[in-house]
Amino acid sequence: MNRIEIDKLTKFYGERQVLDQIDLSVSAHEVVCLIGASGSGKSTLLRCINGLTEFDEGSVRIDGVDIYDPSFGRTGLYKKVGIVFQAYNLFPTMSVLQNITLAPIKVHGRPRAEAEAAAMKLLGLFGLEQYAKSYPEQLSGGQQQRVAIVRSLATEPEVVLLDEVTAALDPELIGEVLKIIRDLKATGMTMVIVTHEMAFARDVADRVCFLDNGRIIEQGEPRRLFSNPENPRTQKFLQRIIESGRLEAKV
Amino acid sequence: MTRRPGKGRRRIALKDRLAPVLVSLVSVVVVFGAVAYFVGSSPQWPRIQLQFFSLEAMLEAAPGVAKGFLVSLQIWLISLVCIGVWALVLAIFRAMGGPWFAPLRVFAIVYVDLFRGLPALLLVLLFGFGIPALNLPGLPKEGLFWGGIALVLSYSAYATEVYRSGIEAVHEGQSMAAKALGLTRWQTLRYAILPQALRNVVPAMLNLVVALQKDVALLSVLGVRDAVREAQIYTARTFNYSSLVVAAILFLLATIPLARLTDHLQRRDRQRRLQGAL
Repeated sequence: MNRIEIDKLTKFYGERQVLDQIDLSVSAHEVVCLIGASGSGKSTLLRCINGLTEFDEGSVRIDGVDIYDPSFGRTGLYKKVGIVFQAYNLFPTMSVLQNITLAPIKVHGRPRAEAEAAAMKLLGLFGLEQYAKSYPEQLSGGQQQRVAIVRSLATEPEVVLLDEVTAALDPELIGEVLKIIRDLKATGMTMVIVTHEMAFARDVADRVCFLDNGRIIEQGEPRRLFSNPENPRTQKFLQRIIESGRLEAKV
Repeated sequence: MTRRPGKGRRRIALKDRLAPVLVSLVSVVVVFGAVAYFVGSSPQWPRIQLQFFSLEAMLEAAPGVAKGFLVSLQIWLISLVCIGVWALVLAIFRAMGGPWFAPLRVFAIVYVDLFRGLPALLLVLLFGFGIPALNLPGLPKEGLFWGGIALVLSYSAYATEVYRSGIEAVHEGQSMAAKALGLTRWQTLRYAILPQALRNVVPAMLNLVVALQKDVALLSVLGVRDAVREAQIYTARTFNYSSLVVAAILFLLATIPLARLTDHLQRRDRQRRLQGAL
């Protein structure tokens, strides 16, 4: 059974169709990268997976259960699927530790001591334990984003969605965030990643999907897709990326 | 010998720095001195001075006016607490989404429209004279109490809008992150939005605090013996207006530092935001 099963997903913003009959399956421990131009629907697709954005037609299932199934309760889906945003969206009035333990304590009712111990263990795992008492504005963008990733893991999700998590970062800070994602892949986490970092997508993804105008028009194993794209629009997109110097021409 | 040029430069630099200060000082002294001279030498000045700035009358009126000012301060502080809490409740009503909260949202909207649209003085008269005249059993009859209620009702409408602007200024990414973590709308407000909103609204709220400090004087129409009323009582007895000037000085002593603090916080807030935007 697939961990994520997206079936004929369609979404309109007013008159404009942003997702057009998207079918996508992600199996457990698989890492899927969504690439494509701005406005191609990647982020919207990602946010439909955990119900942050409502869609008009189609269905999304997690481990075979529709995301709107009552068995999830109000919070079950959010526990199972974590998400990290481009702008980190940490809560500035809370310390790193409070940011991470908020959902486990307030939403899932874990005892504070237990939630804090789990949070410290997670921070330690990613080399961030010295920032537990810091506030977000005291940290660099890269550190904040790593904390945001740890926060998304605090509810022990089975899927993590990453929405352009390096797009707001200075170039020298991108590496530390990409490393944590590689570490996460090594733990066997199922991930769907929207990214503009093509070299990273090529390295970390098991599969890359190219979106254009709300459709997945090409997908496949990353080395094949990047070096030998079949669809003319994928070719054109990758050509532009290569010309901008963000991806070497030959793998 | 080699030091000479350096010394010279320093002297020029000092002169450059001093010159604007000196020009400012001299021009201020000249302008205000001229105004003072013309006012002071006018034939009407002794009468004006006696009417408004009589030291003797001021000293005589001061204890009464100061006592009244303490009453003003008490009304001010108690009203502030009530306004801060009640307006926050209304702002939360407005910020709660979902169909179940529609009645509360509508209530908050109507409330703000109503009380922001009415003059505070009208409310003070309506509540301060109107309700005690009903002789309702079990309710206080003092003008002070109902006048205070009128001020709270009026100012909380403005304060609600200040809170609301603070809530809306919090980036929507915060709500989205809270939702993705599974927080309810109330938990999102309580843990993520309000702490930031409260920090955002401090300068704007302080403006209201200063305005309320002055509007407490409206209660004097109800016979509440605040600073203005006490000053009026003295004036009625002696036909000398120096007591009102004493009250004015007391108000200025309280509001000017507050206004300066507000400016300072606003500046700091702007800098913080600019840094945050980088």
